[in-house]
Amino acid sequence: MAEKRIKVLVAKPGLDGHDRGAKVIALALKEAGMEVIYTGLHKTIDQIVNIAIQEDVDVIGLSIMSGAHIPLTRKLMEKLKELGIQDKKIFVGGVIPSKDIPKLKEMGVEGVFPGGTPIEEIISAIKASVKK
Amino acid sequence: MSTARYIKNDRDQILDVILESGIHVKPVYTPKDLEEIGFLYEEDLNDPGKYPFTRGIHPLGYRSRAWTTRQYTGFGTPKETNERFKFMISHGQTGLNVAFDLPTQMGYDSDDPMSEGEVGRVGMAVDTVRDFEIAFEGIELDKIGVGLTINAVASIILAMFQAVAEKYGYDSKSISATPQNDILKEMIGRGAWIFPVEHAIRLTGDIMEYSMKVMPKTNPVSVCGYHIRESGATPAQEIAYAFLIAFAYIDEVVKRGYEPDEFVGGITFNFNVFGNIWEQVAKFRAARKLWAKLLRERYNVKKDRNLFLRGIFGGGGYGLTKAQPENNIVRGAYYALVAALSGAQTTALCSYDEAYTIPTPHSALISLRTLQILMDEMGLRDTVDPLAGSYFIETLTKQMEEKIIEEMEKVERYGGIIKAVSDGYIQRMLARQAYEIERGIEKGELLKVGVNIHVEGEPKEVELHEYNEESARMQIESLKEIKRRRSQSDVKRALKDLEKATKDGKNVMPYLLDCCKVYCTLGEMTNVFRDIFGEFQEPSLF
Repeated sequence: MAEKRIKVLVAKPGLDGHDRGAKVIALALKEAGMEVIYTGLHKTIDQIVNIAIQEDVDVIGLSIMSGAHIPLTRKLMEKLKELGIQDKKIFVGGVIPSKDIPKLKEMGVEGVFPGGTPIEEIISAIKASVKK
Repeated sequence: MSTARYIKNDRDQILDVILESGIHVKPVYTPKDLEEIGFLYEEDLNDPGKYPFTRGIHPLGYRSRAWTTRQYTGFGTPKETNERFKFMISHGQTGLNVAFDLPTQMGYDSDDPMSEGEVGRVGMAVDTVRDFEIAFEGIELDKIGVGLTINAVASIILAMFQAVAEKYGYDSKSISATPQNDILKEMIGRGAWIFPVEHAIRLTGDIMEYSMKVMPKTNPVSVCGYHIRESGATPAQEIAYAFLIAFAYIDEVVKRGYEPDEFVGGITFNFNVFGNIWEQVAKFRAARKLWAKLLRERYNVKKDRNLFLRGIFGGGGYGLTKAQPENNIVRGAYYALVAALSGAQTTALCSYDEAYTIPTPHSALISLRTLQILMDEMGLRDTVDPLAGSYFIETLTKQMEEKIIEEMEKVERYGGIIKAVSDGYIQRMLARQAYEIERGIEKGELLKVGVNIHVEGEPKEVELHEYNEESARMQIESLKEIKRRRSQSDVKRALKDLEKATKDGKNVMPYLLDCCKVYCTLGEMTNVFRDIFGEFQEPSLF
């Protein structure tokens, strides 16, 4: 039986408009055979969660370049918890200092990809997380 | 990083070099190459300061005046930013370039729920003119030019700047501001857009029209090829799209009954410097020539000084790496060299820690010193356009000119820049190119020292700017205080006048000035526009 296609939501939360990375990752995941939905810019966490539910995605990837990754990710995790959605794998990418990675993981983030992470590493991390 | 593609044999000998713009570089250039391109001194170069200005817009270049240094600066509260401005000026910086936080860029007040977590983070927080009073306290606004990196709400921020200048006793005719005010490039890259295209361009036109009359020393637009390049464009596309965007803004003002000669001199540019050193220098020389030629041909611009391509050439963000961050200091020095060899009037560098966060005073100062060392120590002020006459550079300059024209024609055939941006044609193309670049780096076809060649072990972290949550709290407190103290009836009236003027299609600038003077907030003014204009609908890309 063919493996189910992994469905990923690439999301740009908050006010940050730097989307080169998000677009590159969206294209890369597509090319790797995943189904990718890109939210576009300036989305609130509520909007992102709604799209994730509607589209029934396996993975949500947040792309944050402004430095606001801690408050935005916290908000997402709280919202998911509140709605009882614990099955989605959450990844965070962007301008993220190393010292913040453990904090994000503690919140329940599956993987963190600071700028410069090789695309292949991101693809395999997502694949591995969904298989779990 | 290397941006050119290299074809090598198995002994690491280079067989071919293909620049990003698609030009093949030959191993040797001779007088024959100049013959082949039909090189004519008067037509292709001419002396510096003479049409078509390939060699520069001033006859004596940096001999008459060194470049203006303008590091991008701003964070936290206006007070913190004011201190940083003064720090940079005390170290010899000659211009300012204000960084605003994302809520300000997107037209939200600091106490808006949308602003949570972002207040003062990537720039200074601004809510009312009170913030500008603090930020520009003690800065000589008639002597120092001020870049305002703001686009969607450039009209509001420029009005605020005029209001504070007036309050501090400066004549509006004497102040020189450069609001970025380039909304089309925000829609291509950077993403700080709010209003739909036609309304956004109307606001750009309002600023241009108003500046021409009220603040003639202000450069109302800085068209940014910079961010287009950061989004994945080739150097030729960077210039081509920037020119087409500039033409869209010119058309908006011409439509209102003005002659191009009355205002095109106020248009400036912001271009990037990372990439292949030769391609970059040729890009700037070709751009200067082409801009002058196109303004003459398309808009019948007559006065020489209105044909000048002026701007800030600098930055280089995408070329920097997170790995081995100190290497970025070295890269910055080469980028600055590119800017100097290209005759930049104004420059600034990304700091070495910007792949992590906004710069510390230490890293910002290293950038400034890098620029100063070139001018003060290395001889870059000695003679104008020192690479002129090189068989290679002149050939490449001519080839770049052709590539830029080709890229412009592609977009014009598609239906013009406004359609190409509204439909996402350019965004899709650049996303694909950006993806190919990342793949090229991963395959080792494009070299990045510290990333895919000469790699060291665990990445080392540098001293970083720390975001201070206390700043956000203080900013919100100070906004509350202003709201308590201001005259509510004045605010109500000013906002109503603004609403009416906006609906009636009047130039909004005098009404915004009025709003600023009575301490309307940025969010209140933006909401007037939001209610009338609606919001830009991002084209779907995938």
